[in-house]
Amino acid sequence: MNASRRWLERFLRRSLDAQDISARLAAQGAAVDVIEPLNAGLGEIRVALVEEVRQHPNADRLRVCTVNDGGAERRQVVCGAANVTAGRKYPFAPVGATVPVGKGGGPMRIEKAKLRGELSEGMLCSARELGVGVDADGLWELDTDAAPGTLLLEALPLDDDRIIVDVTPNRPDLLGHKGIARELAASLNVPYRLPQLGPTALAPDVPPVQRAASVRETVAGPLRVAIDDPEGCARFHAAVVRGVKVGPSPAWLRQPLEAVGVRSINNIVDATNYVMLELGQPMHAYDLATLKGPALVARRARPGEKLVTLDGVERTLDGETTVIADAARVVGIGGIMGGHDTEVRDGTTDLALEAAWFEPSRIRRARRALGLSTEASYRFERGVDRWNAAEAMRRCLEIILLTAGGTIEASPVDLHPVVANPPRIFLRLARVKQVLGLELGLHEVERCLVAIGATVVAKPDDGRLAVDVPGWRPDLTTEIDLVEEVARMHGYDRVPTELRPFRVGSLPDAPAVSVKGRIRSGMVAEGLSEVVSLPFTAADGEASVALLNPLADTGASLRRRLLPTLARHAERNWNNHVRDVRLFEVGTVFERGAPGKRPVEQLRLGLVVTGSREPGHWTADAVADVDIWDLKGLAEVAGALAHPGATWHVEGDHFMARVKDGRTVGWAGRLTADTPPWGGALFGVEIDVTDGARAAVRVEALPTTPAVERDLSLVVPDGVASAAVVQVIQQAAGDLLEAVRITAEFRGAALREDRRSVTYRLTYRAPDRTLRDADVDASEAKVLSALERELKLSRRGA
Amino acid sequence: MADTTGYPELDSLLPRVAALAGLDQASLEREEIALVGRKAGEITAALKTLATRAPEDRRAFGAAVNALKVRAEAAIAARRAELDQARADAERRAIDLTMPPRRRWTGAVHPVSAVIDEISGIFRGLGFAIALGPEVETDWYNFLALNFPADHPAMDLHDTLYLDVPPTVDEQGAGRLLLRTHTSPVQIRVMHASEPPIRVIMPGMVYRSDAFDPSHAPAFEQIEGLAIDEGVSFVDLKATLTHFARRFFSPSTAVRFRPSFFPFTEPSAEMDVECQLCHGSGCGACKGTGWMEILGCGMVHPRVLEQGGIDPERYTGFAFGMGPARITMLRHGVPDIRLLYEGDMRFLSQFTAGNMSRGIAP
Repeated sequence: MNASRRWLERFLRRSLDAQDISARLAAQGAAVDVIEPLNAGLGEIRVALVEEVRQHPNADRLRVCTVNDGGAERRQVVCGAANVTAGRKYPFAPVGATVPVGKGGGPMRIEKAKLRGELSEGMLCSARELGVGVDADGLWELDTDAAPGTLLLEALPLDDDRIIVDVTPNRPDLLGHKGIARELAASLNVPYRLPQLGPTALAPDVPPVQRAASVRETVAGPLRVAIDDPEGCARFHAAVVRGVKVGPSPAWLRQPLEAVGVRSINNIVDATNYVMLELGQPMHAYDLATLKGPALVARRARPGEKLVTLDGVERTLDGETTVIADAARVVGIGGIMGGHDTEVRDGTTDLALEAAWFEPSRIRRARRALGLSTEASYRFERGVDRWNAAEAMRRCLEIILLTAGGTIEASPVDLHPVVANPPRIFLRLARVKQVLGLELGLHEVERCLVAIGATVVAKPDDGRLAVDVPGWRPDLTTEIDLVEEVARMHGYDRVPTELRPFRVGSLPDAPAVSVKGRIRSGMVAEGLSEVVSLPFTAADGEASVALLNPLADTGASLRRRLLPTLARHAERNWNNHVRDVRLFEVGTVFERGAPGKRPVEQLRLGLVVTGSREPGHWTADAVADVDIWDLKGLAEVAGALAHPGATWHVEGDHFMARVKDGRTVGWAGRLTADTPPWGGALFGVEIDVTDGARAAVRVEALPTTPAVERDLSLVVPDGVASAAVVQVIQQAAGDLLEAVRITAEFRGAALREDRRSVTYRLTYRAPDRTLRDADVDASEAKVLSALERELKLSRRGA
Repeated sequence: MADTTGYPELDSLLPRVAALAGLDQASLEREEIALVGRKAGEITAALKTLATRAPEDRRAFGAAVNALKVRAEAAIAARRAELDQARADAERRAIDLTMPPRRRWTGAVHPVSAVIDEISGIFRGLGFAIALGPEVETDWYNFLALNFPADHPAMDLHDTLYLDVPPTVDEQGAGRLLLRTHTSPVQIRVMHASEPPIRVIMPGMVYRSDAFDPSHAPAFEQIEGLAIDEGVSFVDLKATLTHFARRFFSPSTAVRFRPSFFPFTEPSAEMDVECQLCHGSGCGACKGTGWMEILGCGMVHPRVLEQGGIDPERYTGFAFGMGPARITMLRHGVPDIRLLYEGDMRFLSQFTAGNMSRGIAP
């Protein structure tokens, strides 16, 4: 909602500061987005009196004026405007001043100049040049008593601030200046009232409204008014004005509209817009001559019925939409936009005016169905005051009579088929205390309620107040709504901030929380950085979960795996000429569930590494790239962190993690990616995260006896897995064997091509004594014979 | 000492002992062996001739040889120390300790995770536990249970990402499936799963139908809080969140609460903290207001308590929600939200201990 400071000042009859307005509205729940000072560029423009006008000696279309700008000396100004007249006052830009809209459209600085031989010291301005209007065909003749030399901004009500208020959807009352003035009045503790219209103190005579309650149709003079769809349109005010003269609006009507960013159209349309912006009630004016009947009937559209709206677009309507029709056809979409054929034009003389109330949910539905959002629909779908249309109609009629003339035919009518009153709500003082934690007396609670315009109708002894809420607050329907109003008007800043004792919650942490924390610190210890990715990808098989309304630039499905996205991250880093990528993610993957069931969400750990194993250092020529052995190590760590029950298995050229029942829960291996020639191999791991509690680490006692190490270099034919060799060693060596470690592998030299030499370092230890060579010899002999027997292996050189 | 031992055979060694002070390392080692070596040393050999000396001369000769030996050993030790010192000095001169250090790769938790952890830590200290919920929700949990009217604009396709799967049936009836637009549905799940006193915070990813641009992301983190018990009031809400803001930002941070509107809380509020860049004087980051909007909060709406199976006459509660991604951007001056979700090593590695080091001054 754009508000004008000046408009608000007229409601409150005092000058206001835009920053102060902003602070007060924020404290009451209506944040101000921006304050835009208006006409700030007119500070150097003064009122000047043209004392003499003579023809320019060398140019037919120029005149030479003697100008009184308040100084001791008169100025000579050359002027091209045809309407310059001696004895009149005009805005004057002296030499050195800047006018907002120069010839090029931007600000222009006025210089002393000679025009066709005549000196010109300054410029007499049009409204367009000052950026305050469009009538550029002549100078702006000022209707002011101000003395020559007076600053224009002091002489005329031009300076203003556009205050852009961020109105929450529950506060339709703030979509008009009156509602904002009401909030400010409460904050300032001053009264507010509807300002007088224009320069005249005399409001034109508008006959009282003629009520037509509990009936579905009535007449306003010649106009038949009916409501056939009371669920969609609960109330309809109408009036007929004859003999108007459509024309431009006077400054007092035009300027407030322009101050809030609404373009002036003509005096009739401006009157309806003015009322909407002032009172929050959208209105519509029809050219009476174009209405068949003449009639205005609020009814449901017939499915497929068509209407060309004001914007020239043909709309096809459905049966849920409330329309305004005349005796023959649809003439407007109720509460959204009027029709093109019945709009007020330059030659219009007779008007039918509408101020109606439409059901918010129906407007919202129709607005969505039509894809047509307007200032009117914006207000109706949030809730317009159902009891205030009479004021709006009277205001609109006054403006029209003042600016377009004409006479009101018969009385305005108020058709109200089902009479309803604003709700009465009961508020318990004990509830106020329970929710707010504040001891507010009856007097303070009542003050707060009165400040929002509510009426406390009964104060029984049981501490329960009966409160009638005002019509402009459709959001107030239950007791808790009033509790909020009390808090708001009492002031959030008056609520204390001291912590009070509390009971600790009954729930423990979700199990996944500690698992995630462990994974994060474990992965960071491996030198990997955490990444968070958008979980959208292209469809990835039948089990993918697709989005109904995917975004244009991201994938149309939810990810089933983390690695594809992580690989894209690696590629993006390559594109940035970053070669070393070490990333991990703990995130959710999604898969289609059983029919009728929600999708399955699984927390996963994924990681990718590529590039140097360590950061390069000047002491070494080169650092090796990460390889499959780095990957295998990371896979083991990832498994231990994310899925302690799982075991990794070699499967072809990659690794799979499985749990006891054989289910696969993880994958590790080399990834295919769009690798640049200078990029390293890309490796990845992905594994399910389980949140099962894990067994605590049990510490083994530290050894008190020395160990003995023996190296065993074996010739291992290809096809015999080293893991199998270790297994045989462990089984054969007996209790004294503490550990087996592989220290070297080599091929070539004296070995056959399909054989390798692997060195196993066996560590022996007895827990209670120092081992003798004989003990170890005996074990080693058993190991060698088992290796010979089971795997046909022998020592190298044996 | 006079430049004689009184024994010509020993005096011939004196120049060699004197020369020790000028020898290099290798010559010193050689001379040490040649003079005082246990097997072949000449002074050692002289000592061995003691037995062949006349008995009356033995004592004096022995003393002279010993004196010469002590003198030679002292000279060797002094020269050795001198050489060691010179070598150490040379080595020190040769090492330029301003050269860069050797490092391992260091990783970092995501900056938003770090902010969530920090926020969680503060609330843990206030007796809150952490609860999690699914990212796919039904419209019942995401909207209806939270007192959104059935035709609320937030439910539109252009705000919410819906799944292209048939409605699912759960204990709340058939529901359209969507990606949760906030972490608030976890409130309902927590209410269903436990009894007051409830004190939980609920971090997680949320989704909106927003283009991925410098200031919007279709997926981002949110952290929600909920406290329900008898006697929990607006005072507790304001006190708890003010305490949080002062712990998270700084003890002197100014905090203000403004009335606001959310369907699931009433009274509702926005909490602003003093702009952390200009500290209240107004700057571009705070649009000149001096304040930054940090979180939305309010007293849990009675209808929400009812949907959670909690008696709203007996219990009251407060709830709040904030965007750790936005807080991260403010804290670290991140200019573009997309940096948080694109895995750019140049961005992420700025948060590693390795990169945060200021190095060592020369």
